[in-house]
Amino acid sequence: MTLVGRFFMKAFAIVEVEMIKIRRDPTEILSRAIQPALWMLVFGQVMQHAKAIQTGKLAYMDFMAPGILAQSVLFTSIFYGLSAIWERDLGILQKYLVSPTPRSALVTGKAISAGIRGLIQSLFVYALSLALGVQLNWNPVSLLGGMVAIVLGAAFFSTFSLIIACIVKSRERFMGIGQVLTMPLFFASNAIYPISMMPTWLQVISKVNPLTYQVDLLRSTMIVGGTQAFSLGVDIAVLFGATIVAILIAARLYPGLAS
Amino acid sequence: MSLLETHSLTCAFDDLIAVDHVTFNVEKTEVFGLVGPNGAGKSTMIKVLTTLRRPTSGTAIICGHDITQNPAAVRSMIGYVPQMVSADGDLTARENLMLYSKLVDVPSGERKSRTLEALEFMNLADVADKRVRQFSGGMIRRLEIAQSMLHRPAMLFLDEPTVGLDPVARASVWEHIMQLRDTYQTTILLTTHMMEEVENLCTKIGIMNHGKMIAIGTASDLKTASGNPDATLDEVFIKFAGAEQATPGGFEQAARSRRTARRLG
Ligand SMILES: Nc1ncnc2c1ncn2[C@@H]1O[C@H](COP(=O)(O)OP(=O)(O)O)[C@@H](O)[C@H]1O
Ligand SMILES: [Mg+2]
Repeated sequence: MTLVGRFFMKAFAIVEVEMIKIRRDPTEILSRAIQPALWMLVFGQVMQHAKAIQTGKLAYMDFMAPGILAQSVLFTSIFYGLSAIWERDLGILQKYLVSPTPRSALVTGKAISAGIRGLIQSLFVYALSLALGVQLNWNPVSLLGGMVAIVLGAAFFSTFSLIIACIVKSRERFMGIGQVLTMPLFFASNAIYPISMMPTWLQVISKVNPLTYQVDLLRSTMIVGGTQAFSLGVDIAVLFGATIVAILIAARLYPGLAS
Repeated sequence: MSLLETHSLTCAFDDLIAVDHVTFNVEKTEVFGLVGPNGAGKSTMIKVLTTLRRPTSGTAIICGHDITQNPAAVRSMIGYVPQMVSADGDLTARENLMLYSKLVDVPSGERKSRTLEALEFMNLADVADKRVRQFSGGMIRRLEIAQSMLHRPAMLFLDEPTVGLDPVARASVWEHIMQLRDTYQTTILLTTHMMEEVENLCTKIGIMNHGKMIAIGTASDLKTASGNPDATLDEVFIKFAGAEQATPGGFEQAARSRRTARRLG
């Protein structure tokens, strides 16, 4: 087997294990459906009627659905590092690290798993959107684009979370930081209002926030008449680049979590 | 040449020197027992040898590879069972083994047969498809040892393989370790804080205390060196290590090892 083949064989060994775990205990992933439902049913409906947020020709519900999808993936992914700390507290991580598997393959496996988890979660948001009359775009190419946005967003934020875990090392500190980070990441993005509505300083922050590019890509692919602030190429390039950089950093820091 | 040799190996945590200029060799097919009280530095020594932690100074050569120069090559030659639980409780025994056979480069055509062989070798064939969460401490340990042997490593590191096990489970783990050595000619380095364990299992013993290797030899070498050939190993140990001292970190150590014991039991 080539080096690259072996790398992905090992990464997918990690993915396979995560899939087995999701299949055995789907309750955790099911419970993740509640939060987006609240946002869309309460916040979305109120804002739609209030017409407080200018979204051009798009109905507010249509505008916000991709943002809520991205949010639901973000809120799960950002706590992904917790499982790494858990694996460290047992001896599972130590054993992985002593095997002749490149650290980057382990980290990539985790990132891909988070991506697949994100896809499963987005099924709920799609179902919810359908029920609420959001104009979904079923064009296969658009669907594929949406899947790319979901997988890359989940892969980036889960790896970012792993990096935090490797730095703070303890469960308590990790939970603290995770909670502090989620809301700012969400609000400093175009998830529930367009960038053009933001004060300049917030625009600057949201333009370095990968969530913005994930939402942008989703907004142009998920709904009928969806608009895009950046181009498809920019969105994908930013998300993919950020994910690769995060994986490289995490692979370097990962061994430190064990010692 | 020895399979493992350390050269003034040292590992410090800030101002605590957990492994202090240790030099020793382990020969091929030896079962080397590293014994010492909690906090002696045994686990740290194993973490450095298995490349989990870089030494502060000094080095070790395992199967001809330097742990600081070429840790990746070292990792392909060794197996490791950590002191903590390292099998995944949410998976079955078979799934644990299949996953690990991929991580350690068992050729794809042999993964199923090696997994089956490992299950049979460790007397786990009839619980192969049960979740590890439901296993007893002894079964978990046997599974972990099976995992670490899938790629037939030349050298195996077992950190406190019987901590927290009842006497029956402990005897079964001992028996399987011996069988493994006889079948695959694996060289083994294990740690323990029980003299009985090294007496039963080990061809050579190293006594560690406060990060230093204070005596090395066969059981009878050590007894002779202690000045009383009829001494028990416990007496030998007390002779070399001295009476218990109140070392800092004792509380944390006790908490940690008991937590481990509870998980395993
Ligand atoms: N990650 C760590 N950070 C700081 N000190 C540590 C760490 N790991 C171990 N120690 C300290 O190093 C010493 C040796 O520990 P260890 O190698 O676990 O001993 P043993 O395995 O013989 O019980 C102890 O005093 C312990 O408190
Ligand atoms: Mg120990």
